[in-house]
Amino acid sequence: MATATFRIWRGDKAQGQFRDYNAEVAAGMVVLDVVHQIQMEQAGDLAVRWNCKAGRCGSCSAEINGMPKLMCMTRLNTLALDKPVTIEPMKAFPHLKDLVTDVSWNYKVKQLIPKFKPRPADAPDGTWRIAQEDVERVQEFRKCIECYLCQDVCHVLREHKMQEQFIGPRFLVHVAALEMHPLDVGDRLKDLRTQFGIGLCNITKCCTKVCPEGIAITDNAIIPLKERVVDRFFDPLSKLFRVFTATKT
Amino acid sequence: MSQIDVPLSRSGFGRTQRADNWWIQPLAVFLGLSAFIIYATWAAFQGQHFRFGPYLSPFYSPELFGAPNQGWFGPMPSWMPAWVTAAVLILWAPGGFRVTCYYYRGAYYKAFWADPPSCTVGEPRKRYLGERSFPLILQNIHRYFLYFALLFLIILARDVWNAFWFNGRFGIGLGTLVLLANLVLLTCYTFGCHSLRHIVGGFRDRLSGAPTRKRVYECVSCLNRRHLLFAWCSLFMVAFADLYVRLCSMGVWRDWRIV
Repeated sequence: MATATFRIWRGDKAQGQFRDYNAEVAAGMVVLDVVHQIQMEQAGDLAVRWNCKAGRCGSCSAEINGMPKLMCMTRLNTLALDKPVTIEPMKAFPHLKDLVTDVSWNYKVKQLIPKFKPRPADAPDGTWRIAQEDVERVQEFRKCIECYLCQDVCHVLREHKMQEQFIGPRFLVHVAALEMHPLDVGDRLKDLRTQFGIGLCNITKCCTKVCPEGIAITDNAIIPLKERVVDRFFDPLSKLFRVFTATKT
Repeated sequence: MSQIDVPLSRSGFGRTQRADNWWIQPLAVFLGLSAFIIYATWAAFQGQHFRFGPYLSPFYSPELFGAPNQGWFGPMPSWMPAWVTAAVLILWAPGGFRVTCYYYRGAYYKAFWADPPSCTVGEPRKRYLGERSFPLILQNIHRYFLYFALLFLIILARDVWNAFWFNGRFGIGLGTLVLLANLVLLTCYTFGCHSLRHIVGGFRDRLSGAPTRKRVYECVSCLNRRHLLFAWCSLFMVAFADLYVRLCSMGVWRDWRIV
């Protein structure tokens, strides 16, 4: 059985160092398998958050060779094992221990977003009617598993630490899911421009690149929201059009 | 088990744990866009060799002022500075469309501003304003440049039509095909625009009950998924179309007549 070196961040509260662990690797293994093996055989105190091992729960987010990835979905045969493989915690969030970070900021952000507000019911029994083709667009956003890899890779949060001014790609996707929902009548455009900071996104598409669910975050969520903000705040013709047509979306 | 001391919170230009050649893509974008800007600027100020037979270089179309029977509004006014050519008068529109394009914005923020140089790579500056304050807030006028770009497509289609007629007789030259390919690629790029996608249907939450609008939205969305591809292909082709007409006009290349 072949062996490879895994360079894992050990420490807490951003104090610590990389440590090299040699581990045996076999066909079909993923990074989380190796981390568990190292935890079992060499470092019983290694802290790592995980749950489903199937890419559904979004718990095992980390940075593998510098790129945010789910450890359970990163197969070893996609990595160059002739060099040490680095495994680090996400950088955009406060560090707790080893590979574990405190992602609770995201939960607070989610609470800031105005909730789903449906139009009055379509039928006397209090139910609505929605065409499948109308919900298809927002169903893409519901694939999100809240792994926060997109938040981690976003340079506005990661590099510039603007958590107070920008909600990040994950929650722009959440806002898009609400704003574009055919039943929703809530209005979040003013918040998007001001406290949610959509203008801080400069469309680098890094969030789209790392999304394990393949959501086209930039093209299908962020840019359409930016266009809606332009409609409301920056385009005089669009404003005029709305005045004369009383456009309903 | 060995130990290496590296602080977790790294910063600093170019610092990353990425093991791949992350710098290749921004460098390629930098070289590609720089080459285009240099060539387009040079070609725009030449003011000659932009016509050959029925062919008109896309950099000089529409020719608002030009030779008799060719400029839309007659000859270039005498008060106009000598460096102002027909191309200088119009290139701000397609140039503005590309500069404010969502794809190019993301690409040149990385390649020219290193903001960031690439995903998870350290940046050179601490301060960041994004697109919410001057000057980048002006990127929001993209849809107005789109309207001009759509007008230009009509004009370029007329140029392609003219390129089929050699001294009043139907014919096809290699230049005809070059101008046609340029038109097709520019059309695919323009019709895949994010702003157009929004305008034709993206602004609505419900497209059911509006089958035509839905069909148009789907077509634009389909092109939008390949926006990056068409952005580069059309950029290359528009420069090549100018180069083709220019070199034929200068007698360096010979235009092959197919029909």
